[in-house]
Amino acid sequence: MAAPPQAQGRAPAPTLPTGRGIELLLLAFATVIVTGALVIVEANQEQELTTTLLWLGLAYLGLFAAAHVAVRRWAPYADPLILPSVALLNGLGLVMIHRLDLADAARAAQLGNDAPGSLVLRQVAWTAIGLVLFVVVLWRVSDHRMLSRFGYTAGFAGLILLALPGILPSSISEVNGAKLWIRFGGIGIQPGEFAKILLIIFFSAFLVQKRELFSTAGRRFLGLEFPRARDLAPLVVAWGLSVGVLVFERDLGTSLLFFGILLVLLYAATERVSWMIVGLLFFVGGAVLAYNLFGHVRLRVQIWLDPFSDFQGGGYQLGQALFGLGTGGVGGTGLGAGRPDLVPFAESDFIWSSLGEELGLIGLAAILLVYLVLITRGLRSALAVRDSFGKLLATGLSYVMALQLFVVIGGVTKLIPLTGLTLPFLSYGGSSLVANYALVALLLRVSNAARAPLPQRPSVPQAPIAQAATELVARPDLSSGESRGAQS
Amino acid sequence: MNNPVRKIAVSVMVMILLLFANLTYVQVVKADDYRNDSRNQRTAYAEYSRQRGQITADGKVLAQSVATDDRMRFQRQYPGGPAFASVTGYLSLSFGRTGIEGAADSILNGTDDRLFVRRLSDLITGRDPRGGNVSLTIMPTVQQVAYNQLTQKGYAGSVVALDPRTGAILAMVSTPSFDPNPLASHNDKTVQDAWNTDNAAKPQVLLNRAISVPQPPGSTFKIVDTAAALQNGSTPDTVLTAEPEIPLDDGVTTLENYAHTPCGTGATTTLRDAFARSCNTAFAELITSVGIDKLRTQADAFGIGQSDLTIPMTVAPSTIGNITSVTALQQSAIGQLDVKLTPLQNAMITASVANGGQLMAPYLIKEIQGPELDTVDTTEPDRIGSAVPAGVAATLTDLMIGSENRTQGGGKISGVQIASKTGTAELGSKDIPPHAWYVAFAPADKPTVAIAVLVENGGDRGLEATGGSVAAPIGRAVIAETLKAGR
Repeated sequence: MAAPPQAQGRAPAPTLPTGRGIELLLLAFATVIVTGALVIVEANQEQELTTTLLWLGLAYLGLFAAAHVAVRRWAPYADPLILPSVALLNGLGLVMIHRLDLADAARAAQLGNDAPGSLVLRQVAWTAIGLVLFVVVLWRVSDHRMLSRFGYTAGFAGLILLALPGILPSSISEVNGAKLWIRFGGIGIQPGEFAKILLIIFFSAFLVQKRELFSTAGRRFLGLEFPRARDLAPLVVAWGLSVGVLVFERDLGTSLLFFGILLVLLYAATERVSWMIVGLLFFVGGAVLAYNLFGHVRLRVQIWLDPFSDFQGGGYQLGQALFGLGTGGVGGTGLGAGRPDLVPFAESDFIWSSLGEELGLIGLAAILLVYLVLITRGLRSALAVRDSFGKLLATGLSYVMALQLFVVIGGVTKLIPLTGLTLPFLSYGGSSLVANYALVALLLRVSNAARAPLPQRPSVPQAPIAQAATELVARPDLSSGESRGAQS
Repeated sequence: MNNPVRKIAVSVMVMILLLFANLTYVQVVKADDYRNDSRNQRTAYAEYSRQRGQITADGKVLAQSVATDDRMRFQRQYPGGPAFASVTGYLSLSFGRTGIEGAADSILNGTDDRLFVRRLSDLITGRDPRGGNVSLTIMPTVQQVAYNQLTQKGYAGSVVALDPRTGAILAMVSTPSFDPNPLASHNDKTVQDAWNTDNAAKPQVLLNRAISVPQPPGSTFKIVDTAAALQNGSTPDTVLTAEPEIPLDDGVTTLENYAHTPCGTGATTTLRDAFARSCNTAFAELITSVGIDKLRTQADAFGIGQSDLTIPMTVAPSTIGNITSVTALQQSAIGQLDVKLTPLQNAMITASVANGGQLMAPYLIKEIQGPELDTVDTTEPDRIGSAVPAGVAATLTDLMIGSENRTQGGGKISGVQIASKTGTAELGSKDIPPHAWYVAFAPADKPTVAIAVLVENGGDRGLEATGGSVAAPIGRAVIAETLKAGR
């Protein structure tokens, strides 16, 4: 991978560090933390401390080492912090899910029931599947720019995936009031999680083609350039999509996520704050409309305002979560020593409060920082990558994690009304985990492009300025055929 | 487009900062509120994993926490079972804590300030914090006898035994009782089943009749009448009517003696004889001369109406009701109408007579001990006040000896003079079996024990029940057991 020594006249280009060594080191470090966490859980739950734990830790390391090898093979210059961050989050999630399994088993034993199925085994299986998809994406998507060619296909597929549960009968698609699922047999899939990525690809490709249009035409108002009414079409479409999700699938979180991500991509593509303002007005309008039209939205808001007024009813989950967080306090009760299982859905939507109860504010702050590292490294790739599509794609993929983080954690901690979303990599849930691994693979792909040395041209020594232009040569032929269709 | 991406990155940091600020608010500022909220069971769960202190009485363990291998680490046990449940109460994860378990909770769980130094040393030595122990004034044998006496005939009722000199509660029984053990189980189903059974039981079992339910005291209240009258110029020789039935002050209502019998053979009788025979008509006449205010003052002096009495469990306040007319006063004089006393209150009245008129505050906790059974605090007997002058107490003792000697029922103890008063309280209708009462102290010349016995709804005698026939034998057996133990 090292560039061949340069010949005449130029100083040899420094060999760019790939960071793969650091990545492996950090993965080992994550393994130590996760295995340590597992040992603490076992000790506090008075389980037998066996060498099995060590083997589990090694298996975990092995799984991510395989992912690491794939990165080394197919994206050697990718950011070295992203995969270890993901591994750490995933590992901590597994430990917490295992810990809640133990609580469920103890409870079942108390009630004299049969032991419930182990969620952590399923989640481990999902992790493996996720990592397989991760490797496949890294392998097959050799250049992220090729995705922009499938922009409309991705958009169409994403739309179908998103709409599918809303169309399907409730018996297949409804779980706890939200129609987000496709279930057959014992396995449920939330296609929305995959639609998320496909739609980001679509929006990025679309906006790269049309950004001229959205950023030039407009009229000035209050010192800001506002888009023309007819150019609002994509925003209206996204807004309609979000409202559609809310109406047909009754899911506030997904609805919010899609709207937020499109708004941010629009802003990134056009650099015009006015889009944000218009978007926020749309959001406020949608929120007011939703509040007045839908009982379940009103209920969420009421619970948010005072979860304790109806503690035995609708406010129980949030109330218990707050009790857990409060009981954990600054230092937490210690892994395995609290009662996070008192919160319904402690392993999925409310895993944050489970972690907060046992790890305390200190632990949550640390996890928030890991997320922050993951997201900012993604955005860093967006800054560094040379093509517009890559920039938008990386921004979208990073921001969708940030938004999801904000919506979920904010909901669980009573900062904003609660929505039913999972925390990326931490929460129990196969679709979310697998989809997010695909997401991270794409992020690594962009990051690799951003950090890889420019292809060497062995023939004639070229001026650096000429090198910089090479990346953009590929652009025009992509958009020429499709721009007509969108303008009509 | 790097410029907007940078701004987006800043917005991400702002979001994370917001989350962090809110988390700080939840986990630091509001943490104590959330942690101590009564609906947050986590504190209780955490408590279960510490070794809670023992409840003991005279060396007998009534409640203890033993190590288990389940998640809660310690299982609460009540070796005394139902006989002591009215004292210990129960400790349940789902259904709270009652009795001493509730009232002395801070000591037993180790958070009481008096245990602070020991808690600190546990912290320094790295030992798991342990709770303090509570040593009770209860005499286990007396408690057991009282419980057996009430339960062997299936009575719903209560026995309270006090040491009149100190106020120490020697026995406090309520029947039918419950077993606190299943309620303290770590198996949710066992707990729920026990709770359902206990809650549905008739008569109620979770009720502590000794301190929680004031009941009409019937003729035992004549002690209060007489105490007021003796201080109002009456003597044991005061002449009163012997009519079997008299019209009351309003001219409409009539009042009759038990079984419509005249009070002795003559046309008139004396206070001494009327007290011994428990003549209602004579006491209606007597109380009219005393008046409402003086009766109320006397009742207050005996502690009736005190709303903040704790032993340390809260005692329901007894009352003589709102006596608004002379007729009501005459009906109240025989412990009916709105007069309602708890068995503990009735025992306190008796004890103050036994103690030369001095009313002592009743108490259950003799001593608080640290985890190593070292004494942390000892309860000093506390005088509430003077209920009657010593001379009046002596005269009352004399009258109560007269009453005891006329009272039938078995269980008389040879060589021991008891002073007592019986009561048979109607419950609003002649068709409902009356409550049978017996209050007494012994030995009459140097009292060491004062008791109150209540058998609800006639015990096994139904409408025929009287205080003498149903309650007195139980009282005497309890007194005998107490004296046997050398008190």
